[in-house]
Amino acid sequence: MNWEVVIGLEIHVQLNTQSKIFSSAATAYGADANTQACAVDIGLPGVLPVLNKAAVRKAVQFGVAVDAEIASQSVFARKNYFYPDSPKGYQISQFELPIVGKGELTIDLEEGSKTIGITRAHLEEDAGKSLHEDFVGMTGIDLNRAGTPLLEIVSEPEMSSAKEAVAYMRKIHSIVRYLQISDGNMQEGSFRCDANVSVRPAGEKTLGTRTEIKNLNSFRFIERAINHEVERQIDVIESGGRIVQETRLYDADDDSTRPMRSKEEANDYRYFPDPDLLPVVIEEALLAEVKAQMPELPHVRTLRYQDSYGLALEEAQQLTVSQESAAYFDAVVTVVPESAKLIANWVCGDIAAKLKQDELSIEQSPVNAEAMAQLMQRIADGTISGKTAKDVFQAMWASQTSADDIIQQQGLQQISDVGELEALVVQVVEDNPKQVEQYLSGKDKVFGFFVGKLMQMTKGKANPQQVTDLLKAKLVRD
Amino acid sequence: MHNLTLAQQLQALAAGEFSSVELTQHYINRIESHQDSLNVFVTFTPERALEQAQEADQRGTDKPLLNGVPLALKDIFCTQGVKTSCASKMLDNFIAPYDATVVAKLQQAGAVSLGKTNMDEFAMGSSSESSYYGDVKNPWDLSRVPGGSSGGSAAAVAARLASASMGTDTGGSIRQPAAFCGITGLKPTYGRVSRYGMIAYASSLDQAGPFGLSALDCAYLLQAIAGYDAKDSTSVDQPVEEYTTNINKDIRGLRIGLPEEFFQEGLDADIRAKIDLACDQLRELGCVIKPISLPNAKLAIAAYYVIAPAECSSNLSRFDGVRFGYRCEDPVDLADLYSRSRSEAFGAEVKRRIMVGTYALSAGYYDAYYLRAQKIRRLISEDYQKAFAEVDVVLSPTTPTTAFKTNEKADDPITMYLSDIYTIGVNLAGLPGISIPVGFSQKLPVGMQMVSTYFAEDTLLRIAHQFQQHTDWHLQTPAKFE
Repeated sequence: MNWEVVIGLEIHVQLNTQSKIFSSAATAYGADANTQACAVDIGLPGVLPVLNKAAVRKAVQFGVAVDAEIASQSVFARKNYFYPDSPKGYQISQFELPIVGKGELTIDLEEGSKTIGITRAHLEEDAGKSLHEDFVGMTGIDLNRAGTPLLEIVSEPEMSSAKEAVAYMRKIHSIVRYLQISDGNMQEGSFRCDANVSVRPAGEKTLGTRTEIKNLNSFRFIERAINHEVERQIDVIESGGRIVQETRLYDADDDSTRPMRSKEEANDYRYFPDPDLLPVVIEEALLAEVKAQMPELPHVRTLRYQDSYGLALEEAQQLTVSQESAAYFDAVVTVVPESAKLIANWVCGDIAAKLKQDELSIEQSPVNAEAMAQLMQRIADGTISGKTAKDVFQAMWASQTSADDIIQQQGLQQISDVGELEALVVQVVEDNPKQVEQYLSGKDKVFGFFVGKLMQMTKGKANPQQVTDLLKAKLVRD
Repeated sequence: MHNLTLAQQLQALAAGEFSSVELTQHYINRIESHQDSLNVFVTFTPERALEQAQEADQRGTDKPLLNGVPLALKDIFCTQGVKTSCASKMLDNFIAPYDATVVAKLQQAGAVSLGKTNMDEFAMGSSSESSYYGDVKNPWDLSRVPGGSSGGSAAAVAARLASASMGTDTGGSIRQPAAFCGITGLKPTYGRVSRYGMIAYASSLDQAGPFGLSALDCAYLLQAIAGYDAKDSTSVDQPVEEYTTNINKDIRGLRIGLPEEFFQEGLDADIRAKIDLACDQLRELGCVIKPISLPNAKLAIAAYYVIAPAECSSNLSRFDGVRFGYRCEDPVDLADLYSRSRSEAFGAEVKRRIMVGTYALSAGYYDAYYLRAQKIRRLISEDYQKAFAEVDVVLSPTTPTTAFKTNEKADDPITMYLSDIYTIGVNLAGLPGISIPVGFSQKLPVGMQMVSTYFAEDTLLRIAHQFQQHTDWHLQTPAKFE
C-alpha cells in the first residue's frame, strides 16, 4: 500500500531578551544553578508576574515576518500541572487568544516551493531543569531557565516528508536569526521542536492517529526521528496493529523512538486566563513600527540576489541562510560589484569549506569581508589569476595578512606587460616550428601547448587572457 | 492612650504628649495581657516594634504620615525576616525573604509593626476558625467569632491592641469582621492597592485594606498604601486622592441607594432597625435615600464559590513541598511528596476549595462553571454600574446577622458561605466598600456597608466620617478591653 505522511511541527524558540518574560532576572545561559532565579521565578508566596515588553515585541516581529494576523488583544492563561521544575504549579502560556494568529511560510524544495500554514504562535515561559546526575536517590532542580521567554510556533499538519519538515524548520530558524529575536542555538536548547507525525493510506482524507516526538534539537535528528517514526507507524499498521496516541522520545544513540509516558488519560491542564496579568494590547503604532523596521528577510534577499546578480537559486539561498553570511557577501560585492558571481562562488565554496574545517562562523572568519574584497579586486584587475588567488587566500587565512601584502611578498603579480609577453610569444613560436605547423594545419589542441610553455616560462604568472590573445594574434591561420 | 483613635494619637505624638516608644510599649503590654484570651497574633514582634518606634521618635521635623503609630498586619503580607504563615501549617516554617509592597509602604510612612495577626487559613473563611494556630475570639463576646478571614486584625483593633491594622478582602474578609467587631473596615477598589507580596487566595478578587476605629483612621492608612505598583500588573495607574483632607467635604445632596434585594428574608430584624436608624441620621446630614435594585445580587455567592476556588486551586499549587514550606517525612516518590505534603499541611476548608476549583476548571466542566460564573460576574458589575447612574453610594447591612458562636457553623460550610451575601458581589465587581458600626443588637456590634463606584473611596470615607462626627458607635470599647 502507498502511505502518505502528515507532519506538523511545534517549534519552541527562546527569545533573546535580557531579562525573563515575567521577572527581571537575567536569561544568560550557563550560570551556576539557581543563581538566575529571583523570587518570581522561584514562585515564592505573594509574588506576581510582570510582562516583559521586549518579548511581546519580538513575538510581533515574528508574526509580521510570516504575514500572520497579530491579535490586537491576546491573553495569558495558566496551564496547570505539577512538576518540580515548574515552580508555581502552572506555566503561564497563551491558550485561547495567542498573540500571533494564522500565517504562512514558503519552503523551497528540490521539486519546487511549497507553502506551509502557520496555525499560531504564542508566548509562554520556559520551565526549569531537573538534574538527575550528582544527586543519588534525589533530583536537583535548577530554576535558571524558568521564566525564559519562549515563542511556540505551531504549524498546520501540512508537511509530507521529513525533508519538508527540516526545510520548514530551517526556514523558521533563519527567520528568527534574521529578526535577531533568538540566538537559535540548538545545542543550548534555544531552538527546539516537537513533531506530530501520522500516516494514512494515500488519497485518504481523514488524518491517522498521531504521535508526538518531543524535544528534537538538531536538524539531523529531526529528519532521522521522523523517518524512523514513519517506518514504525507503517510497520505497526501493516502488521495489523493500531497507532496509540502518545508522546515519544527520540533516542539518537540507537536511532529509535520510545513512548515517553503513558497517556491513557489525556492531561487536563485546566487552562484559565491568568488573573495576575492584563490582556496584552498591541497598539497600531507598535505594529507600524515593527513593519517599518522589518529587515530584508531571507526569501526576499534570495530573490534580490537572483535578480540583481544573476545568482543561481541554490547559491542565493546558501548566502542568505543567515544574516551574517548575506552581510558578508554584501560587503564584498559592494566593493567589486562586477564580480558578484565570482564572490558568491568564493563565499559558498572556499570560505564555507574553511569555516567548516575550522569550526568557525562567518563573523569569526580570519579573512574578513574587507580583506576578501581586496582579493576579489586583484582578480578583477588582473593582478593575479583565479588560480593564484586560491593560494593567496590560503595564505591570508593562515597569516591574516592582506592580499596585496602576500602578492607583493611572494611576487605573485601576473605579467600583464604586453611587450614582455609579446617577446616571449615570439620566442615560443620560433622555438617550436613543428607545433606551429600542426596548429596552423588545423590541430586546435596544440594551442594549449603554447599556453603551457608560456606559463612554464613565467612560472604561472602570465596573464592567461593576454597570453591567449597574443598567441592568437601571432598564430593566424590563413 | 489606647482609646484614642489613630488620628488623635498622631496629633498627640506630634505634640509630644507621649512618644512612639511609650505608645508601642503600652500596646505590647496590652497584647501580653490579652493574647491568650483572644489569640489575635500568630507572630508577635515586640523587639522589632520597639526598634521601629525608637526610629520613629528620632525622626526630625519632616515626619512621614504614620510616624510612630503601632499597627498589626494580617499574616498574609510577606514581611522580610518574619514568619509569614497565612495561618497554615504549610507555611509554619516560612520566613519571608522580602516585603510586600503594602508592608514597605507602611514602613516608609513611619508606622510600627507589632506583629502578624491570625486569620482563616489562606484567607479562606468567614470566622477565623480555620487557622492552624487556633481560632480567634471576638472581643465583644469571647464565645463568638470575630468574623473572617481577617479576624485577628479586626479583633486587634476592637480590643485596642493596635492603633489600626491591615487586612485583605476577597469576599468580605475586611468588612464582615469589621462589622462583627464593631470597627471601621475599608476594602478599596480592586487595583487601588498593590497585591505584590500578599499571598494570593483568589487573585482577581483579593484586595488589601485597613481596619481602624474611625473612617479617618482608615483614610490615613489608605493614604499610605494606595497607588500604582509596577510589580503588580493589576494595580491601576490612577492618581491617589487626598483621602485625609477630602474626608471633611460636605455630603449634602449625596444620593444613597438601598437595594431592595438586600432587605428581604434572612435579614435579622434588629439589624434592619439599626440600618434604618443610620439612614435617618444620614438623611439628617443631607443625604437623599432611595430604593434601587441589584437584580442579580442573589447569584453572587454561587459565582464567587466557582471563581474564588478556581483561582485558589491554581494559586495554591506552588505549595508542593519542593522549594519552601512544609514537606512530608520520607516521601517515597514525587507523587507521594506532593500528595502527602499537601494533604498533611492544608486544612479542611483549603482542601475543600482546591477540590471545588479543580473540578470547576476541568475539561468538560469549564464552560458550565467557570465561564458561566464569569458571565454572572459581568451581570453583577453591570447591576452596580446601573445603580451608580442613579446614586452615589449603595447602602446595606454588612452581614445578615451579628457575630455567631464559635463552632456554630464550622461543620456547615454552606451556611457559613451565605453569611457573606452582602459583601461578595462587591468583590466580583471590583468596587470599594466600607463597613462602619451603627449600633448594637443584643450587645453585639452591627455593621453597615456602603459601596461606591470605582476609585470613589473618598466618597465612602466622607459619608462614614460625617456619620461618625454625629454618632459614637465607633468609639465603644468592649468591656473587657477598656
